Amino acid sequence: MRIPAPAREGITMHDRPVDQRIHDFAEVDGGYSPDEAMLESARCLQCKKPVCIRGCPVNIDIPAFIREIAAGDFKKAATILKEQNMLPAICGRVCPQEVQCEGECILKNKERPIAIGSLERFVADWERVHGMVLPHKKTPSGRRVAVVGAGPAGLTAAAELARLGHHVTLFESLHAAGGVLMYGIPAFRLPKEIVKAEIEAVLSLGVDLKLNHLVGRSITTKELLNFDAVFLGTGAGLPYFMGLPGENLPGVYSANEFLTRVNLMHADRFPVFDTPVKKGSRVVVAGGGNVAMDAARVARRLGGKVTLVYRRREEDLPAREAEVARAKEEGIEFVMCANPVQVLGDQVMTGVECVRMNMCELDSSGRPEPAPVSGSEFTIDADVFIAAIGQGPNPLLIGELPELKRGKRGNVIVDEDCRTSLRKVYAGGDVATGAATVILAMGAAKRAAHAMDRMLRDE
Amino acid sequence: MTRLFRIEKAEQLADKVYQMWVKAPHVAHHAAAGQFVIFRIDEKGERIPLTISAVDGDSIRVIFMAVGKTTTHLAALSAGDSIRDIAGPLGKQSDIKKYGTCVVLGGGVGTASLPIIARAARAAGNRVIGIVGARNASLLILEDEMKAACDELLISTDDGSKGFHGFAADVLKQVMARETVDCVWIIGPAMMMKVTSEVTRAAGIRTYVSLNPVMVDGTGMCGSCRVTVGGETKFACVDGPEFDAHKVDFAGLMQRLRMYQPEEKDSLERYHAHTCACKGGDHHA
Repeated sequence: MRIPAPAREGITMHDRPVDQRIHDFAEVDGGYSPDEAMLESARCLQCKKPVCIRGCPVNIDIPAFIREIAAGDFKKAATILKEQNMLPAICGRVCPQEVQCEGECILKNKERPIAIGSLERFVADWERVHGMVLPHKKTPSGRRVAVVGAGPAGLTAAAELARLGHHVTLFESLHAAGGVLMYGIPAFRLPKEIVKAEIEAVLSLGVDLKLNHLVGRSITTKELLNFDAVFLGTGAGLPYFMGLPGENLPGVYSANEFLTRVNLMHADRFPVFDTPVKKGSRVVVAGGGNVAMDAARVARRLGGKVTLVYRRREEDLPAREAEVARAKEEGIEFVMCANPVQVLGDQVMTGVECVRMNMCELDSSGRPEPAPVSGSEFTIDADVFIAAIGQGPNPLLIGELPELKRGKRGNVIVDEDCRTSLRKVYAGGDVATGAATVILAMGAAKRAAHAMDRMLRDE
Repeated sequence: MTRLFRIEKAEQLADKVYQMWVKAPHVAHHAAAGQFVIFRIDEKGERIPLTISAVDGDSIRVIFMAVGKTTTHLAALSAGDSIRDIAGPLGKQSDIKKYGTCVVLGGGVGTASLPIIARAARAAGNRVIGIVGARNASLLILEDEMKAACDELLISTDDGSKGFHGFAADVLKQVMARETVDCVWIIGPAMMMKVTSEVTRAAGIRTYVSLNPVMVDGTGMCGSCRVTVGGETKFACVDGPEFDAHKVDFAGLMQRLRMYQPEEKDSLERYHAHTCACKGGDHHA
C-alpha cells in the first residue's frame, strides 16, 4: 500500500490546497516553520552508529546537522550540510529520501523515520534568507579543470574541485546553468530562484561559468583535452520517442520539450514570454516516472484534463509515491496497464490509440513483463500527447570523442572513481548511468572530483 | 556572469530582410559552412535558430526576414544594442568535398546561407555556380558577394525584373542541360526546397537542403525540430541542418512549421501594439 506523504503522522510538510495550486506554479509544499523543524529534530535518536548516513550518496553528517537544528543553531546546521553538499535546498526537495536516508532511519519501524529531507530543506531555506555559508577553500593548485554541463553533476564537481583549489571552467550549452534543475523539474516542486541561489553559491567559490558554450562545437574536443583534467556531466538529454505512427504530428511532444518550454522558457506566461506551448484541453502523458508526473502536473496547471497512461501496474510506477499521490490529488487520471500504439489525426492530433497490457512473467527488472492484449485497442481523445518514456545520454560530445568507451545504451563507461577510458577524462551522473536521480549524479560527481584531485596532485 | 553580445552593424538589405554583425568570439572562432546559431534577444525572448552567413574575426553575420515577433524585434535593433544569448556554432558542417561542379541555389532570404558554402566548396577545388532567385529585383540580396564567391552567378526573378524571368529551378534545369552537375545545395523556404530539389532527383545528383524547423535548445535535447529523413526520425539541430534533399519528408516538415502559427500571429500583433504605443507608431513603418 502506498501512503501519500501528507497523510503521514506527526510533523509533515504542508501542501497547499489542490484547488489553489493547480492554477499556478508556486511551490506545492510549504515546508517547516522553525518550531516544527526543532520539534521534528528532537525526535532524532542521535544513533552512535548512524545508518542514515549510509543512505546518503553525498555523505552528509545527518545526526550532526539535526542535532544543531534541535539546539536552535541553524547556521551551524547549514555549515555541516555545506561541508558535504553545496545544493541542500535542491536536495531537500527532490531527493528520494524514502529510499535513501529516511529509508535507513531506524525509527521507520517504530513510528516513522525522521523527515530528514524536510529538515535539510528547512536549514537550506533558512540559510538562503540569513546569508549563505561558504565552505573552506584550499590554496590554489595552479591546475586548470574543465567541467562540461552545469547540471547537478557538473555543479557538484565544479564546487568540489574549486574547494580543492583547482581553477574550474564550467561549460553550459543553454543560457542558464542548472541543467535538469532548470529545464526539467517544474517550479512547483523546485522553485527556480532557489536553484539560482544555490548555483550562485557554487559560482562564488570561483568557478568560471561559460554559458551558451556547446562543447564539441563552441570549443573543440582538442581544446577541451588541453585542460589538466576534464569532468563530463552532460546528462541524459536525448529524448526517447516511442516510434508511433503520427508521432510527428503537431501537438506531440517529448517530455523534455514540453517541460523545457514551460520551466526554462516560461511558455506558461506566453505571450509575455515569447516561447509558446500548446496548452492542450485534453492531454495524454505516456510514462510512469518522475518526469511523467512532472509533465502531467504541468499540463494540468496549463488547464488541461490530463490522462497518464502507463504500461505496467500502479505498484510498478517508478515515480516517487508522494508525487504520484499529489498528481492524483490534482485530478490526473491514471490509466494503468495500457500503452499508446498510435497518435491519431491529420494536420493536428485528435487522439491517442492505446492498447491494454497483460502482465506476464517477471522480466530482468523483477517486474512482470507487459504484453499487449490484441483487440483491446481504445482511443483517448486528446490534442496534446507527451512521451515521457525516458532519455538517453546526450550523444553529441561523447560522439566526438571516439576513444571514449561506451555501453550499449550510449552511456559512458566509468570505474568506481568515475574514470573513463580516456586519460584525464572523468564522467558522472546520467551520462554514465542513464537517466537517474539528481543526488546519484551529485554523489558520482563528488567521487570523481576527489579522484581528479588525487590525479592532479600526484602528477 | 552575464555577458551580452554586442551588435556591431545592423542594416536592411531588402524589403523585410536585414543583416546583422554580432561579436560572438566563441561562435566566430569555430564556425563553418552550414552551421547555425541560436539567438535569445532578452530575458523574455524565445530561442531562434539563424544560419551563420559569414564570419569575420570575432564576429558573425546573420541575415533574416522580419516575419514573426522575434525577427521583427531583431530588425528593430541597431549597432550598439546587444543580444542576451548566442549559442553556437550548432549543427553539422556542410559536407564539403571535391565533387567537381557544384551549384549553390538560394531562394529569398535562403540566399544568405550560400556565400559561406560557395567559398568553402571553391576552396575544396570545385567549380561553383551560384543561382539566386527572388520574387523581384528589389528582393535580391548579396549579389556582389555571391559574384565574388562563385565562378559564375545566375539570377532569376519571378517577374523578370532582373535576370532570367522565372524560377531558380528553371535556371538549374538550364545549367544541368548545359553541363554536368555533381552536387547541389538548395536553400530557401520549405516549399521552394521541396519543388526545386525535384529537378535533380531523376538525374540522381547529390542534393542538400538546409532545414529550418522550430527549435528550442538546438543541441538535441527536445526533439522539437524532428523531421523524417529516409523514413527515420532525425533532429535537424544535431543530425542536420543539411540533409539529402531527396530523402526529406517535406510535407511533415511544413506541417510542423505551421504548429505555432496562431501563437506567432498573436505574439506579433501584441508586439506591434506595444511598440506603436511606446514609440509613436512609426517604429516599424
